[in-house]
Amino acid sequence: MTAAVAELQQELHDWCRRLGRRAQFMEVCGTHTVSIFRSGLRSLLPDNLRLVSGPGCPVCVTAQRHIDAAIALADRPGVIIATYGDMVRVPGDHGSLELRRAAGADVRVVNSTRTALQLARDNPDRTVVFLAVGFETTAPATAVAILEADRANLANFSVLMCHKLVVPAMMALLSAGDVPLDGFLCPGHVSVIIGANAYQPIVNQHRKSCVVAGFEPEQVLRGLTGLVRQLVEGCCELENVYAAVVSPHGNHTALALLERVFEPIDTPWRALGTIPNSGLGLAPAYRRFDAVERFGLTIGPDRDHPACRCGEVIQGKATPAECTLFGTACTPLDPVGPCMVSSEGTCSAWFKYGGATRAVPRETAP
Amino acid sequence: MCLAVPGKIIEKYEGEAVVDLQGNRLKVSTALTPEAGIGDWVLVHAGFAITQLDEAEARETWDYLQQAFGDSTGQPAGDEDTPGTAP
Repeated sequence: MTAAVAELQQELHDWCRRLGRRAQFMEVCGTHTVSIFRSGLRSLLPDNLRLVSGPGCPVCVTAQRHIDAAIALADRPGVIIATYGDMVRVPGDHGSLELRRAAGADVRVVNSTRTALQLARDNPDRTVVFLAVGFETTAPATAVAILEADRANLANFSVLMCHKLVVPAMMALLSAGDVPLDGFLCPGHVSVIIGANAYQPIVNQHRKSCVVAGFEPEQVLRGLTGLVRQLVEGCCELENVYAAVVSPHGNHTALALLERVFEPIDTPWRALGTIPNSGLGLAPAYRRFDAVERFGLTIGPDRDHPACRCGEVIQGKATPAECTLFGTACTPLDPVGPCMVSSEGTCSAWFKYGGATRAVPRETAP
Repeated sequence: MCLAVPGKIIEKYEGEAVVDLQGNRLKVSTALTPEAGIGDWVLVHAGFAITQLDEAEARETWDYLQQAFGDSTGQPAGDEDTPGTAP
């Protein structure tokens, strides 16, 4: 531990002592979850401070119906599925993309929409479907790809739109009121795009503190200290301790692209149901690139695994250790739910870094 | 993960740039950061430079990534995952 981390940790402990009660915060972002485990911060937190993971892992929040639609698309003749890696192993109703690939489907892992577009250019006699998952950090890359496909008239490129917006999900969690929260540690890199001010409605409407923080241990500790200090001082504000990277208003160019190519839509989330205006659909001018329309896909109901508790885990309602499948029937090698598949899924982090070792009782709603 | 990795622009073309990520060179899109030029530091996420940042912040982030992830890509060693999609 560096001297700076030790000093910040002491400061956090001091504020927690002054608080004199339990506090529960949600780290919204999967990258925060992993960083907190990986750096060992979780085991060093004061006893009265509890962190719960939120709906910030894109693969984990993708509704089962979209996973099943992606797998159904992979079976279509002439289709190449282009996807970020984590999606490949998520189990659907009929196996996973990985299993479909083993059975002959053409599923390619790409690390950028640029590669997906190149696949379409290189395979003019096939059709490439890009699985557009992710939050506002990732959605602008999809927008750029759509504009390029439109400009180049790439008729063999389409996207399965699963992009989601962070703030509406946070608001939905608060409105549901199932998990008592004292505030949010807000995601760093989503905020690069949307800007720190995007969380102001949460502060104004729900009176919950929001602190935007980066992923390094010092920044996480500064973020948590800010949250606890606000509680002690009885205030509720928006703070940005990652101001070197996150501006108040975000990336104007990226936001303008999102506005041009997409429109807000009501979209289904795993276990959270359909949240109004929480997703991105293609604007009418670009709807010809929508894989659902192009293939006449029927998006069916969600058939989640009955014993899997990923839906509760992403809402902070259950910890992985409370799931009977965790570590037995569900492991990173043979995952049942998406939170075990994704490297930033809460179950994966608990499994990998032994998060179950710290048993602070979880607070439940009265 | 939604992790973005800092790099320095060493070549610039129309809509694209070559970024040095601690010795690894990667061609990225500058569609989201059109104002960034040679010598500027940017955060790279899924093949796109998503914002500019100053050198001190970039170096701090690199120190953390190397300490935490152990290689120069920011990706966990041995994991197959692509750069992030989480927030």
